[in-house]
Amino acid sequence: MIMFLAVAAALFVAILLVLIRLFAGPTVYDRVLAVNTFGTLTVLFLSLVGFIGERPDFLDIAILYALINFVSTIAILKFFRYRALGQATLNTEES
Amino acid sequence: MTASLIGIAVIDILLFTFLVITAIAIARLRNLFAVVMLAGVFSLLSAALLATLDAVDVAFTEAAVGAGISTVLLLGTLALTGREEKKPRHSPFLPLLVCLVTGAALIYGTLDMPSFGAANNPAQEHLAREYLERTPVETGVPNVVTAILASYRGFDTLGEVLVVFTAAIAVLLLLGASGKRPSAGRRGEE
Repeated sequence: MIMFLAVAAALFVAILLVLIRLFAGPTVYDRVLAVNTFGTLTVLFLSLVGFIGERPDFLDIAILYALINFVSTIAILKFFRYRALGQATLNTEES
Repeated sequence: MTASLIGIAVIDILLFTFLVITAIAIARLRNLFAVVMLAGVFSLLSAALLATLDAVDVAFTEAAVGAGISTVLLLGTLALTGREEKKPRHSPFLPLLVCLVTGAALIYGTLDMPSFGAANNPAQEHLAREYLERTPVETGVPNVVTAILASYRGFDTLGEVLVVFTAAIAVLLLLGASGKRPSAGRRGEE
């Protein structure tokens, strides 16, 4: 139990740091990276809850979260590069 | 068992604290891009809270819709409008009062509810058993949730689909699906 509490405390300190960076972050990329890191921390959190509650099937959900996190980060970054989601090829030809 | 319950309670309290911090930051910040990112984080925190309630499928839907789709939709809106929020012209006290009164009424409403996970909840006394026993006989659908949504509440689900379909058509008409491409003038970031 002590170990779990220590892991939970470390996780929440990390979440707090990410939130601070999200509030303060001067550039857009700081914030994108903070959201991405927050998704990773959610994956860790789900695994932790799964271990505390002795539910190993939470790991599958955590892997799904990791996939969604990856896809949404790619979508955000692609959006910032091309200003739209469906017109990547047109815009690359122009630029 | 009790130790794990205490652990879950501590985690819940911390998650709620972060949720409140994020909500206040969303209300205070004027940089709309940061607000969109914070909304994604808010959704992830809600998903974590739902996961601690053992509602993993709801949590997954929340994360997929809240942190995935709506972030992209809000970013699309940001590309069409401005990046900074204007200063509000009216004072925030009346909306704050309305929010506080509504929240107090909702919390007052929860006082009548049976406690979470109690064995003598109405949901666990006869309804769930009834559904579990009758669903295979009456509908023949192996998944009980699917049977309830698609068979017992079939008209309800049909109405929801109708509403979503109408909303999608209305939004497409409003946005103008004429195939005109928005100008690719403004590009790059800071």
